Amino acid sequence: MDTQSSESPVRTAHLPQVTEPRNPGMDLDLDWVRAVQANTSAIERRAATLPGRRSVKKEYQAAWLLKAITMIDLTTLSGDDTEGRVRRLCAKARQPVSPDLLKALDMPPITTGAVCVYHDMIETAVEALKGAGIPVAAVSTGFPAGLSPFHLRVAEIEESVKAGAEEIDIVISRRHVLKGDWQALYDEMKAFRAACGEAHVKAILATGELGSLRNVARASLVCMMAGADFIKTSTGKESVNATLPVSLVMIRAIRDYYDRTGYRVGYKPAGGISKAKDALVYLSLIKDELGDRWLQPDLFRFGASSLLGDIERQLEHFVTGAYSAGYRHPMG
Amino acid sequence: MTVKEIFETMEYGPAPESAAEALAWLVDQGDKFGHFIDGAFTKPGQAFESRNPATGEVLATLTQATQADVDAAVAAARKAQPKWEKQGGPARARYLYAIARLIQKHARLFAVLETLDNGKPIRESRDIDIPLVQRHFYYHAGMAQLMESELPDAQALGVCGQIIPWNFPLLMLAWKVAPALAMGNTVVLKPAEYTSLTALLFADICMQAGLPKGVVNIVTGDGAVGEMIVKADVDKIAFTGSTEVGRRIREATAGSGKSLTLELGGKSPYIVFDDADIDSAIEGLVDAIWFNQGQVCCAGSRLLVQEGIAERFYAKLRARMDKLRIGNPLDKCIDVGAVVDPVQLQTIKSMVEGNAVGQVYQPACELPANGCYYPPTLITGLETSDPLMQEEIFGPVLVSSTFRTPAEAVELANNTRYGLAATVWTENVNLALDIAPKLVAGVVWVNATNLFDAAAGFGGVRESGFGREGGWEGLSAYTKPKGKTKPLAKIEPVVGEGGPVDPIDRTAKLYVGGKQARPDGGYSRAVWGKAGLLGHVGLANRKDVRNAVEAAAGAKGWSKTTGHLRAQILYYIGENLSARADEFAHRIDAMTGRKDGAKEVDTAIQRLFTAAAWADKYDGQVHGVPIRGVAIAMKEPVGVIGALCADEAPLLGLVSAMAPAIAMGNRVVLVASEPYPLAATDFYQVLDTSDVPAGVVNILTGSHEELAKPLASHLNVDAVWSFSSSDLSAQIEKASAGNLKRTWVNNATAFDWSMDHTRRFLQAATEIKNIWVPYGE
Repeated sequence: MDTQSSESPVRTAHLPQVTEPRNPGMDLDLDWVRAVQANTSAIERRAATLPGRRSVKKEYQAAWLLKAITMIDLTTLSGDDTEGRVRRLCAKARQPVSPDLLKALDMPPITTGAVCVYHDMIETAVEALKGAGIPVAAVSTGFPAGLSPFHLRVAEIEESVKAGAEEIDIVISRRHVLKGDWQALYDEMKAFRAACGEAHVKAILATGELGSLRNVARASLVCMMAGADFIKTSTGKESVNATLPVSLVMIRAIRDYYDRTGYRVGYKPAGGISKAKDALVYLSLIKDELGDRWLQPDLFRFGASSLLGDIERQLEHFVTGAYSAGYRHPMG
Repeated sequence: MTVKEIFETMEYGPAPESAAEALAWLVDQGDKFGHFIDGAFTKPGQAFESRNPATGEVLATLTQATQADVDAAVAAARKAQPKWEKQGGPARARYLYAIARLIQKHARLFAVLETLDNGKPIRESRDIDIPLVQRHFYYHAGMAQLMESELPDAQALGVCGQIIPWNFPLLMLAWKVAPALAMGNTVVLKPAEYTSLTALLFADICMQAGLPKGVVNIVTGDGAVGEMIVKADVDKIAFTGSTEVGRRIREATAGSGKSLTLELGGKSPYIVFDDADIDSAIEGLVDAIWFNQGQVCCAGSRLLVQEGIAERFYAKLRARMDKLRIGNPLDKCIDVGAVVDPVQLQTIKSMVEGNAVGQVYQPACELPANGCYYPPTLITGLETSDPLMQEEIFGPVLVSSTFRTPAEAVELANNTRYGLAATVWTENVNLALDIAPKLVAGVVWVNATNLFDAAAGFGGVRESGFGREGGWEGLSAYTKPKGKTKPLAKIEPVVGEGGPVDPIDRTAKLYVGGKQARPDGGYSRAVWGKAGLLGHVGLANRKDVRNAVEAAAGAKGWSKTTGHLRAQILYYIGENLSARADEFAHRIDAMTGRKDGAKEVDTAIQRLFTAAAWADKYDGQVHGVPIRGVAIAMKEPVGVIGALCADEAPLLGLVSAMAPAIAMGNRVVLVASEPYPLAATDFYQVLDTSDVPAGVVNILTGSHEELAKPLASHLNVDAVWSFSSSDLSAQIEKASAGNLKRTWVNNATAFDWSMDHTRRFLQAATEIKNIWVPYGE
């Protein structure tokens, strides 16, 4: 991480190509895909005991929470989004923590990992984030259901890239997973990746709709084989979004993929992570299962909207010793 | 480190749990403890120190109990017991419930004190040990409540001496105290000398709960105190600890009439098939062998991996080991804490250093400079013949080997003197449910490991001990059948004179492996009745015992037959005996000089029919354990049972032991009534005509005294029973210590064979194996 002068933000929003070779994908290896197992009970036990096994306190907790902020894809994906709403969000992304708190923590300025919006808000966001080094991510391919005509889904990616999105969050066709049609999933993902060009592609699996953890593991693997830069749990619109068991399955798939190919794929849990404590548990999970290299914004993101507010309150508590109130922190 | 630096490194920092409250409690007690006897703490006596293994600091000074202390504790327990039992289960349930609540209220104090004393990570004492302790008291409060309605024929044993180990100090206390108290017993408990503090805090809780004085007594000290308890006037000894000490206790209590349960060592296999969820299986190993620094009797310490995945599995396992955090057990972010004592640390070190084979891997973790720490260790490439694959290390050391097929996995897994627990990982339900019953162990975990609960019995087979703790099956360790016993005098054979009653000489032989066999020694003795010489029987010797056990051991197939088939054969035996009822009745009358032969035959036929009825009905249970899954308590045959049959009821005594035993799938070596052996030798003709497979039932005749020892000491016999009128109980139990076979001896008391004891026989003829199967997709 290159720390620049104290005036300019720490460059947190590394794109994968800055430090990592981009995952080029590989041929679909069905033997590997079909051999993947995921034992739900065992995975749930590991996930359930993790918060009791890892604890980060005091200055460590403050530092970890600051790191978590740099990994947030600050997100607004609402039907009532307007340019004004998006500009406010972008301003928050530039300055997620108030300067007095940062000063008390002796930290240079930081930013969130990215801002994540619908296609129509890309231009506004790009404009608002000019010079901040914060990429704009756009959800795409008929988000959230992904059931619009295939050629339109591909065209949507191309439009978004043209509009300035540096990261594209695509949704996969859940039916390919549910029917075990791994070839179709692979082909679809490959087409999306190609349409992204230089923009990085996050594959949203919508894990809440895949039926089993085994399916999650296999879909993760197929998307990585087809060249996903990130795999992401959820759209935030399913009834079940990011969970620790799902995360465990996906990051173990990432680890296996790295062990066999040497390429690091990023991970983004999204939806339902709203507490600072949850964020710490996720970071421990990543640290223990994947390693420290993944604890950087080029390989890990939180898809979250209300998480930042809780982290701000915890940081103020660390600085002042008094529990904080939400209204003390500028809204995004 | 500054926030900015940590922001870059993303290291874990210290996250210490405060020891202040626990240390304050010790100070409040004066840092000096006596014993807890008759409801009060005694004055501290000859002191020894209790240290924190993580730092070496002295936590408190404890008192080494004297003989007088132990006597006082036993006397207090003896005095308190009748009232405690008589007040009834519901009244006892209230106390147990109060204890559970109080432990829950002081949960963190218990957890911190346990970690200070034992060195286990606070995560484990806080999230596993203490919650399980509460659960045990809650569960057994329920058992006390239900005792009168559900166990109407059971009564308390009396005073129980309980000796517990240092690896789960309070949890082992709970496992021992809760069921004992629930069933109306009182206890004298000795915690391990390394870890007595939570037991003393528990004594405090007993006072707070208003437990009547003398119901729980706690004496502290080393093994010498344990020996005093074993010798004391107690009705039962319950011991958890090493196999070596367990064997000594078996010998020491032999023939004393004291009930005994032993929960001993293990070298439990951890089997990973190639279709397993490998990452989860590796995470399971963290809980199997690095839980409590590997100081767990049921630790999955012997890894068996299918060959095709072995290298990949080991690579992933080593990577996982690199992530384990070792250090201050009070830190909330620590996986592996301190070994309990420098002595144990040295044992682990020398065992690993003494091994020159295989590949040793230890992660490059930094160990604290002081305190008893040993790094997580993996030794791959070992063979069964390497000592570390056979011997219990009791430390964070995993040894490993590979297998090719499911059958080989079972063979390797069972290639051990122990039989405590086993773990199986496979996504194939057919494979899992095929393998689990074949593993010689008291507990089997499928796709999980080290799951415990008060509702599921825990305990071993083979040299891992006998008895179960937890569940309905655990209650029999603290109860006995109601009723009084009468002494049994030695029954001497009739000594007669005159010629043979039957002019044609009939040669009664031994019955071994489905064939009549002449005794190895070539000696016979005359059997007389009042009317004259009834015949001759062979005098079996140790070699005949050897042959009979070999035949029984070889008849393994019987244990795999269905209950339905065994029932059919038992009915058939009954049918054939019935056809010859008059002949048997006359024979019995001729031998005993009594006139109740016909009744004895009729009752024997009843016993055969009853056993046949039970053969397919003595069901296991599905325990209500708090997981999404089941714990299946399967009843399995004990194996080869040797029985010295009753002298006074020559046919009924033999049939009463044989029928339930073979109904449950055991194979038996029966030594016939010594004074009246001819009913048994006639009986093998009945067996011969009843489709009993060769080797399932073997019958020897001869001197009980001479045959008791070779039978009881035979290492391939799994249980030995004696209903002989020769007082051999002490000799048999002492000889049984070799392989810690289960014993059931009469201690020179009489059985009323006219009463149906089938249920007791069924219980003695089976072991309960708990198979945990979590599920979910």
